[in-house]
Amino acid sequence: MEMKPQLPGGLTASQVLDTYFLEARARLIELAAMLDRIDRAAEAAAVRTDSRLKFIQDSLKILQRSEPGRARAIQELYSLK
Amino acid sequence: MFFIDPHIHMVSRTTADYEMLALSGVVAVSEPAFWAGFDRSPAGFMDYFRQLTECEPRRAAQFGIEHYCWICLNPKEAEDLGKAREVLAEIPSFLACPNVLGVGEIGLNKNTPNEAKVFQQHVQLAIEATHGTRNGGKHALILIHTPHLEDKLKGTRMILDMLRDFGSAIDPARVLIDHVEEHTISLVKDAGYWAGMTIYPISKATPARAVDMIELYGAERLCVNAAADWGVSDPLNTHRTMLEAQRRGHKLPELLKVFHNNPAEFFGQNPNFKIKPIDVLQRTHQQ
Ligand SMILES: [Zn+2]
Repeated sequence: MEMKPQLPGGLTASQVLDTYFLEARARLIELAAMLDRIDRAAEAAAVRTDSRLKFIQDSLKILQRSEPGRARAIQELYSLK
Repeated sequence: MFFIDPHIHMVSRTTADYEMLALSGVVAVSEPAFWAGFDRSPAGFMDYFRQLTECEPRRAAQFGIEHYCWICLNPKEAEDLGKAREVLAEIPSFLACPNVLGVGEIGLNKNTPNEAKVFQQHVQLAIEATHGTRNGGKHALILIHTPHLEDKLKGTRMILDMLRDFGSAIDPARVLIDHVEEHTISLVKDAGYWAGMTIYPISKATPARAVDMIELYGAERLCVNAAADWGVSDPLNTHRTMLEAQRRGHKLPELLKVFHNNPAEFFGQNPNFKIKPIDVLQRTHQQ
């Protein structure tokens, strides 16, 4: 299915950024704090190779892409083949 | 603003929730049969179906809400094929009840062979319900649950494959596939089915992502629900999604389409469903 490039409401990119930036920032800090929490916990080394942590690292790589479709790509990454 | 909640499990909500739904513009609810949190006996199912067809409509009517429901054996209880057979045998008589819209929510949970078998039996039953119910020669409406998290993509593909195997006996316009997300919505819509998006904490979509999907894939054949049940869930997540769309500049006719008229159109294929789509005159200010 063809994806529509523009927001129908007519929000500009800078309005979108204004609206959602603080929420996104908060979620990134939550994620960082969760990773820190794992490191501080007993037997942290035992989970270092856990596939769920690899999922997080691979998701972060998807965030660095410059083209759209990132949410879908993370969903597919997490899906059983 | 008027809402039809296309997927809510009122048996696990309080009567105060009915009042709150009425106060927030909900004129009708559609309640699919689902898992009770434990596996029931066949007799337990019969009581549950009576609760859906007799008791809940009365509870809803106190607040002017029309209550509709769907009948089936939930995929979580499909592992015991013997029990499934017993429950399936009783479903046709409930499909004839005046507030029943069709067969649902059937589907897959862990994508097991037994779940798939019982899914196909339900679809067959919907096809056979062509006669004897008020479906005008068409198969009964079908509401489908897709699995959660990492099982969703594979489960959705399995469901689409199984439906395709029924060939022309299945009309995609009479089937709604629920809980779609970014990686499954186009599979469902491209195949001509209706799609439902569920706003549910952690495991499904959020209001912002749901509005993204409306923008990316269009409002045609798309419904939004909160699937509120006995878990941590919130019936007003449907309304939060409407507010999110409004804040992005979506206009009233489109909001009405997604949150009222689309469900009215899909459910209205069964004459049991009485509420018609609403037309709005464009407001001149602050649409
Ligand atoms: Zn449900």
